[in-house]
Amino acid sequence: MEVAKLTDVTRIYKIGEVETRALNGITMTIASGEFTSLVGPSGSGKTTLLQLIGCLDQPTSGQVVINGKETTNLSRNQRADLRKGTIGFVFQFFALIPTLTAYENVEMPLLLNGKNVTDRKKRVMDLLAAVDMTSHAHHRPDQLSGGQQQRVAVARALAPKPTMILADEPTANLDTENGEQVMGLMQTLNKDTGTTFVFATHDPRVIKYARRVVTLQDGLIVDDKKNK
Amino acid sequence: MMNYLKMAYRNLGRNRRRSILSAFALSIGLALVLFIAAFFKGEMRSSMESTLRLDSGHIQIRAADYDPDKLSVAWEYLIENPEQVATQVETLPQVQVATPRLIASGIVAVGDESSGVQIMGVDPASSANDPYRQGLVSGDFLAADDREGILIGVPLAENLNLKVGDQLNLLVNTSNGNVDEQLFTVRGIFTTGVSTYDKGIVLLPLAKAQAFSGAENRASYIFVLLKDRAQTDAVAAALQSPDYQVKTWQELNEILVLMEDFSNAYLLILNLIVMGVTATVIVNTLVMAVFERTREIGILTAIGMKGRQIIGLFLAEASLLALGGLAFGLLLGWGVSAYFGKVGIYFGDLGISGFYLGDRIYSYLTLEDAINLTIASLIITLLASLYPARLASRMEPVEALHGGD
Repeated sequence: MEVAKLTDVTRIYKIGEVETRALNGITMTIASGEFTSLVGPSGSGKTTLLQLIGCLDQPTSGQVVINGKETTNLSRNQRADLRKGTIGFVFQFFALIPTLTAYENVEMPLLLNGKNVTDRKKRVMDLLAAVDMTSHAHHRPDQLSGGQQQRVAVARALAPKPTMILADEPTANLDTENGEQVMGLMQTLNKDTGTTFVFATHDPRVIKYARRVVTLQDGLIVDDKKNK
Repeated sequence: MMNYLKMAYRNLGRNRRRSILSAFALSIGLALVLFIAAFFKGEMRSSMESTLRLDSGHIQIRAADYDPDKLSVAWEYLIENPEQVATQVETLPQVQVATPRLIASGIVAVGDESSGVQIMGVDPASSANDPYRQGLVSGDFLAADDREGILIGVPLAENLNLKVGDQLNLLVNTSNGNVDEQLFTVRGIFTTGVSTYDKGIVLLPLAKAQAFSGAENRASYIFVLLKDRAQTDAVAAALQSPDYQVKTWQELNEILVLMEDFSNAYLLILNLIVMGVTATVIVNTLVMAVFERTREIGILTAIGMKGRQIIGLFLAEASLLALGGLAFGLLLGWGVSAYFGKVGIYFGDLGISGFYLGDRIYSYLTLEDAINLTIASLIITLLASLYPARLASRMEPVEALHGGD
């Protein structure tokens, strides 16, 4: 089953009079349960592609279908609704809300999805246990290390049981040990829950975890292969 | 909702000094509008009370042809057998006191100095004259049969260098159009607290004033005070007669009533300006918060927060700032108004003729004003906060996520 299908997707950024073609007619599909890495040098279009799959941005032309739903003409709020239940995000920077504790950060998507307090509590504690952060549940982000923050971010991304988690350079700001931990965690969760993971990276240590590697260059897919 | 408030509370704590200063600006703004309202209310109240107590009363009964501008004691302008009329009026249960008064124009002369005055003949026994009796700073009040005694105000005594026991020459325009004069002895010097009034009036016993001016058994009007001002129209209706003019305090003080309306309009503009300025401080704080938290807004949007929820988050912040600031401002404004309501603010004689303002103005904050102004400040602040809240809600997630780079 396809969780994402992109057809001839182009994304052009216009800054003043200058046009930058970030993606240049991308066509690809992502199947349920994939653990896929988008790789390529800086400026190749990895992040832009991830943002389009995540409905954070809209293509200049082409079609993006998520879980069978055409997203190109959705309003800002409709896209927010789609993201809320379908897509989880892990960002390069440790994107936790600094005023909320680890527990509250993980709880936030559940609140937005209207879950009741009992369901929320159970889900948050299960997720914090899964990322080995139970003991830090009531710590705020500034009391956590980079690796711990990123594990909480993964738990938050998983909270609403999304069909797909998109991670943009998830290990870029982590040391080797923490990077390996986070990638190992995502791999385990992918196997255990069947959640689709797509991450953009140019870190060779990360790429080794991927089962599919899509290589981009100058806004085009130049290689798409299974990883041995 | 609780979660919004919790987040809002913690967000305000991130830059505690800025939040406190912003809330304090709101406090000062509200305290200021409350005090201004209390000051204006106190000013108008003092002026109205002084005017009613000293000059117009609640009702005046005059002869059909009486013209107050002429200050004439020509018989056709005067009311006959005034004491009898006053006694009849006093039988009405709503009437506190009714007393005849004769008003004539005159000049007080001492040596080379002179001053134009209004001569008021009063019944010394009437409680309507308590403001003068209780305001005596030296000497005694008039006796009904005193034929040489006169009561003068403090400013006149100071201007003419008079003290109790001194003599002054009083000239009066009489009923037949002539001028008469007589030496009077200052029996007492009073203050009503309204210098503008005190400097232009002298009091004689009614009988002496009638004899001196040739009015005989006549008076300019019957001065009526009611137990409750709200009864004015009912009493005025009961007193209607073709022989008299019955004037209510509203008719007698049209300018003052107009001034009160005008001052309310003026106050509204002033309040809007002050509230607008303070709301700008809150808007500024929130706009800074929006730009500082651009990436967070991006994250919240990415995980599915909708525009109206982002607006709710920032409005919750504005509400907490406003409630904290306004609560303190209410306390501060009430405290300052209460203090100056007790000790007053001394202005002295402002020299505004026809406007009997006390020398000391006592602020007077009404519960209605306090509630209305606090709610208005809250509404204006929240309305103003919509701008930064909408600014945050309209950020594109992609741009917001890169906002911190």
